[in-house]
Amino acid sequence: MNVLTSYSLRLQRQRWKLRARRKGRELSGVVDRTKQIGASDILLFCTFRNEDVRLPYFIKYYRDLGVDHFIMVDNDSNDGGQDYVAAQPDISLWSTKSGYGDARSGMDWLTFLQGKYADGHWALTVDVDEFFVYPFCDTRPMRALADWLDASEVRSFGAMLLDMYPKGPVSQAVYEKGQNPFDLASWFDAGNYVISRNELMRNLWIQGGPRARAFFADKPKTAPALNKIPFVKWSRQYAYVSSTHMILPRGLNLVYDQQGGEKTSGLLLHAKFLNTFGARAAQEAVRGQHYGDGREYQTYAEQNGADPDLWCNWSEKYINWRQLEVLGLMSKGNWA
Amino acid sequence: MTLGVVMLVHTALDRAAQAIRHWGAGGCPVVVHVDHKVDDARYSAFVAALADVKHIRFSKRFRCEWGTWGIVVASQAASTVMLAEFPDVRHVYLASGACLPLRPIAELRDYLDARPDSDFIESATTADVPWTVGGLDEERFVLRFPFSWKNRRRLFDRYVKIQMAVGFKRKIPAGLEPHMGSQWWCLTRRTLGAILNDPNRPVYDRYFRKVWIPDESYYQTLVRLHSNWIESRSLTLSKFDFQGKPHVFYDDHLELLRRSDCFVARKIWPQADLLYRAFPRTERATSTPNTATIDRIFTHAVIRRTRGRPGLYMQSCYPHMDRENGFTATPYSVLQGFDDIMPDFTAWLSRQASAEVHGHLYASDRAHFAGGEGVFRGGQSDSAKLRDYNGKMFLTDLIWNGRTHYQCFQFGPKDTQDISWMIAKDTNALISVVTGAWAIPLFRSGRAMRHVRKEAARLQQIEYKQLKILRSPYARARIHICSLSEFVAAPVDALQLIVDQIARYRGVAITELPAMADLTGFGEFLQDLKNQGMHPFLTGDFPIVKLPTSPAVKARKPYVAHGK
Repeated sequence: MNVLTSYSLRLQRQRWKLRARRKGRELSGVVDRTKQIGASDILLFCTFRNEDVRLPYFIKYYRDLGVDHFIMVDNDSNDGGQDYVAAQPDISLWSTKSGYGDARSGMDWLTFLQGKYADGHWALTVDVDEFFVYPFCDTRPMRALADWLDASEVRSFGAMLLDMYPKGPVSQAVYEKGQNPFDLASWFDAGNYVISRNELMRNLWIQGGPRARAFFADKPKTAPALNKIPFVKWSRQYAYVSSTHMILPRGLNLVYDQQGGEKTSGLLLHAKFLNTFGARAAQEAVRGQHYGDGREYQTYAEQNGADPDLWCNWSEKYINWRQLEVLGLMSKGNWA
Repeated sequence: MTLGVVMLVHTALDRAAQAIRHWGAGGCPVVVHVDHKVDDARYSAFVAALADVKHIRFSKRFRCEWGTWGIVVASQAASTVMLAEFPDVRHVYLASGACLPLRPIAELRDYLDARPDSDFIESATTADVPWTVGGLDEERFVLRFPFSWKNRRRLFDRYVKIQMAVGFKRKIPAGLEPHMGSQWWCLTRRTLGAILNDPNRPVYDRYFRKVWIPDESYYQTLVRLHSNWIESRSLTLSKFDFQGKPHVFYDDHLELLRRSDCFVARKIWPQADLLYRAFPRTERATSTPNTATIDRIFTHAVIRRTRGRPGLYMQSCYPHMDRENGFTATPYSVLQGFDDIMPDFTAWLSRQASAEVHGHLYASDRAHFAGGEGVFRGGQSDSAKLRDYNGKMFLTDLIWNGRTHYQCFQFGPKDTQDISWMIAKDTNALISVVTGAWAIPLFRSGRAMRHVRKEAARLQQIEYKQLKILRSPYARARIHICSLSEFVAAPVDALQLIVDQIARYRGVAITELPAMADLTGFGEFLQDLKNQGMHPFLTGDFPIVKLPTSPAVKARKPYVAHGK
């Protein structure tokens, strides 16, 4: 059984790689600065669509954290964000007008680019509303984390998605360009996450948080997955399976300890719930380009007119990574 | 010039150069060994850049791979150069390019001058010390290791297993008793010279060449033959984690390192600019090294990695069944049946004990949190569907979120039973059960006997199954079970037990009892059930006479129940 399973997973991985090669043809280069990439540079991979308002802070955040080069795909933006990105000295940009959903949430495009540029690099794959937090991120750059993971012979690093939300209706958290989104969406749920294990892919499947509580109480099974493995020492054989939730080969999904100890892990702070949320939920529900034909977005659109107030008495206000560590959402593991 | 430094350099040449300059400026001659893996161009540039350092020598280059003999050969070669070229040197300090002197070099020299005959080298017998990579301690001295542990792990492990299976053992040269310890030492000229010029050295070298990780045992073993005075500790602050790799120091360790008063620390992250700017510090002090704080931090880190936090399940800690370090975070109480007998029980208990007393968390309509809240600590929702989606984690989350408060909740056969096995196996659970108490709400419901009979049979079935779990050999919780009739006969005993358990030792004596449900006619009710063919065996015996209702309270005198 074991041999068969690993063989079928191998086939699956090769299928994703092939598909990425095919989908890669949909990309056209806008600015190619990949010649600047140094041998040990940390790369960031990201697809975006009409995110002009978010891009400046996003890029600044990751530049400060120590990303050396950004590799981005513009999915048919028409709000000027693509021009801003193209003007940045450390970004290489591709663009495509093809469907986001048809490219597995943009993953096919990124898999193609990762195969081409990320081999042998530490690569962070995130969305424009995801902000990477890891132990000691306020004092140690990502290079320190990458070096430590290399020394520990760890190839992949887990970071659960942590939904952040404002106090009050999300429509009133008006986000302005360049602003830190967590000045507005500074609250989160500390302890309502449930976990099960995917025996085939060996990843954990984590659900919960404010979205499960507010939108999916009647259908918990369909609540969005929060487990993510965004930071990987890339090799051209690798391929993400579903967003950055799972990756093949499946050994990379073992970002958790099974003997009772804690591996080092981080979080992706999710700045989804801002005033931009309502409009986007309505749009995406119609477009149906997201996972499961935008079922998630349809749920949002049906409820509260997509203007929920997720805050409750027990919401925690975000302070820093140490707080998240103490609450047990992430772990220092043996990094001290 | 009483102190000389032998430095092994592998990577981060710029930082190594910086360290060499520190040592040089402190008046120490330095003999540098650069790993053969560093290409010639970079090596030449490195040598040229250090041309202005006065007392510096470069020794013959060898290939140094982790855990191999090459590292020992390199240190032997460099030490030989040191002893030959710098006759004034009394102590030789082995350092690496990632070592950073923390205190003025002069202070280290003073320290050694006060101890001219001491050899500072960590050296412990393998039998007594468990620190090792891969669980090999004694084995590393008697087996062969032709395969790389880093690159060919599977082959390495298999070959070790085969040798152990056939009972293969290498012979340890006569007179040697294997010792191990940190590879960073500071030896006197006398001892180091004796080791290097030992007539038996070819024999020893041939033996250690095939020992695994010889750099942690070569000098550590041989020093036992030659030294007059061994101080079994390293002057280099160097901490190892559970994988046997050194902990790395970053900028945020600045204060920690400053307060440690150690002479030298490793390993410093090459890009820790702040540390390289701050050390070695210039102001003099006479304090002795004290690593207690650093020890504690790194020990905690290893425990966090290997044991985790009890009762926490999260993205990077999801133990196999029964491997967890405790199912739940802290002790908690599961109370079954009490609120059926005493409708006001929950409110009463919150007054008696400092605890968060929940209602039925696993009720079919919703989770009844303390205070009737819709969302509780950590953002847990009272939705029954969400809860039942993963009933066990609902509880582990609840206990983890409320770990600063004692948690109690009501449970019963009407509730979702997903957690029965888990709480029974959990050593943190204190489970008090009054069996058959579910009969009281049925009795008081006044519903038609044929409905009641069916429901009673169902509840009894469920409770019976649960009792079997609680009485199984796998049950590890503290469990107290009594029947309804026993409880009614002596309610204060059972209640006092609950209050005491919450207080961990002895709680306040109960002075006020919660009002009991009116049990007038309960005996007849049970008899009626029996007449219908449904024997409520879990309630215990109730006579078909009028029972006392609320017993008058005289604390600690259980017989008052009969005292009417």
